[in-house]
Amino acid sequence: MARIIKYIFYDILRTRFILLYTLFLLIATIALFQLDSDVGKVIMSLMNIVLMVIPLVSIVFTTIHFYNSYEFIELMLAQPVNRKVIFLSEYISTALSLCIAYLIGVGLPIILYGVTPSSLTLIYTGLMLTLVFVSLAFLASVLTRDKAKAIGVTLLFWFYFSLIYDGLLLWVIYSFSDYPLEKLTVALVALNPIDLARIMMLLKLDISALMGYTGAFYQNFFGSYWGMLFSTGVLSLWIIFPLFLGTRIFIKKDL
Amino acid sequence: MKTILLCLLLIYCPLLLLSKTIVVDSNGQIRSLKRAIELASAGDTVLVKSGTYKEGNLIIEKSITIIGENFPILDGEHKHEIFTIHANDINISGLEFRDTGTSSMNDLAAIKVLDSKRVTIIGNKFSNSFFGIYFANSSNCRIENNQLKASALAEYEIGNGIHLWKCEQITIDNNRIEGHRDGIYFEFVTNSFIKNNHSERNLRYGLHFMFSHNDEYTNNSFINNGAGVAVMYTKNVKMYGNTFQQNWGAAAYGLLLKDIRDSEVIGNHFIKNTIGIYQEGVSRTVFENNNFYENGYAIRLQASCDDNTFKRNNFSSNTFDLATNGTMVLNTIDGNYWDKYQGYDMNKDGIGDIPFRPVNLYAMIVERIPSAVLLWRSFLVLLMDRAEKVIPVATPENLKDNAPSMKPYDRSKKS
Repeated sequence: MARIIKYIFYDILRTRFILLYTLFLLIATIALFQLDSDVGKVIMSLMNIVLMVIPLVSIVFTTIHFYNSYEFIELMLAQPVNRKVIFLSEYISTALSLCIAYLIGVGLPIILYGVTPSSLTLIYTGLMLTLVFVSLAFLASVLTRDKAKAIGVTLLFWFYFSLIYDGLLLWVIYSFSDYPLEKLTVALVALNPIDLARIMMLLKLDISALMGYTGAFYQNFFGSYWGMLFSTGVLSLWIIFPLFLGTRIFIKKDL
Repeated sequence: MKTILLCLLLIYCPLLLLSKTIVVDSNGQIRSLKRAIELASAGDTVLVKSGTYKEGNLIIEKSITIIGENFPILDGEHKHEIFTIHANDINISGLEFRDTGTSSMNDLAAIKVLDSKRVTIIGNKFSNSFFGIYFANSSNCRIENNQLKASALAEYEIGNGIHLWKCEQITIDNNRIEGHRDGIYFEFVTNSFIKNNHSERNLRYGLHFMFSHNDEYTNNSFINNGAGVAVMYTKNVKMYGNTFQQNWGAAAYGLLLKDIRDSEVIGNHFIKNTIGIYQEGVSRTVFENNNFYENGYAIRLQASCDDNTFKRNNFSSNTFDLATNGTMVLNTIDGNYWDKYQGYDMNKDGIGDIPFRPVNLYAMIVERIPSAVLLWRSFLVLLMDRAEKVIPVATPENLKDNAPSMKPYDRSKKS
């Protein structure tokens, strides 16, 4: 398995896209730190990048990579290697390369410019989101044979999680505002990894605003030890479940 | 001039000679403070040596000075009020008051001053008193350098740290109050100064202030109190250079202003409060040179406020800068620094060329539906805010800063 991972990893590095992505993150992060001396505000701007760009790049890059290495996968399948091993190797090497790119691009400048609790949370949520969206991309890729269609599906995923879902959530909150919604909203938020990551950041950045009555409920829930465990657990589910489903389909699939 | 001085000296010298010092010592001749007070006559000094004195309630009705050496402890044994003062020209310093009684009928205090003038209470310590220092119907008094500390868990178990009712010309300087109900309580107190005090972790308000005209409070810090600071039903109050910090909660405010007029709020710092300033029925008041930093809402301006001026304030890293509940605009907010301002300055005069609208659409949504705060900073909300900024529909169109500063005002320079 390690050898397959190594080959795929080299293959990804050869495409140069990952290098460009690293460079983009690095330049953007350093530029933000140069523009503003207030670390809190830089983290806030970086949060927007993490919540928008990271999922988008992760999901699109992974899908394209998967289809580009289709021939390689077919070749590997001709060998006496388990399908699951191939699929997981693909996942691990893609996720690993994107995570390293993120760590170098965002993590390194943050460590250089000073570590705060909010910046650590940012690094953590960024990594989790990368893993979640690589997972989702693999699921989308095995669902269809057509590359264009798969990219369409992944873009829909991204669009759904970063925009449509929030719109629906806001609509629910608006229409049922007469009822106590706290618990329901917590449950609904768990259904969207980007929202979960955002709330983890909110607890670090907008703590004062969250101290109002309703906010205090969220603060008590998500801010506590169990809340952190809950967020991490749900995010892990978001990584494992699509990957598991993807593996199941891949094993049975007629390639 | 010299002759006058000489005359004065001649007049007062005999007085000085007449006044004597009575020493109270647990091993000495006079062992009881009560006895010493009985022996003393007006103008005398009672010197209390260190030790613990459990003497119940002491009523002082003559003009004497009581000085403690190495903080002798006056213990109220959880039953008594300790000092009840009812005379002019009394000085009390260097004592430690401990464990007064608690009562829901009477306001038992460590020092209660009734109908007196020129009383000074300087450099004392108070621990676990019900009310710390209580003044009623008094004037020209000073309360300085005292430390009050209590550790009650509920509001009904404890009184106020420094409580003033119907007083005038009082100076409260450099006291430290912790864990009382209200740190400092003012009702019908006029022409007084509150300065350099530190009020922290009180259960209700750091400073509670009602019907108290022409007062000034400067350089105080109010930190982490149950509901911040409340100033109500007052005119001509001046608030300079105070720090309001970390007042967190659904009904907690850095500064709550209700029915205030002709007042000044200048050079204060509001840091990490749920709401920096909450204003209701405030008229003709100036807010200048204040710093608002990392608050949930920097200012909540109810529509009942009119003719207020906000200028040269710095707003940075607040979640919401300004929230309001109406569309009428009767206040001016020109000439502040807003870190969320994204305009440009073509002629380089330091003033942005396009107006800034500090009221955020999402702040208005959260005001109506608090649960919606969960979606703050999402992409969707960002888009909604952008759209609203271009074409204001829900936010008051005329509530805008016509001359926003491009850079934060520098507080270190005088201008």
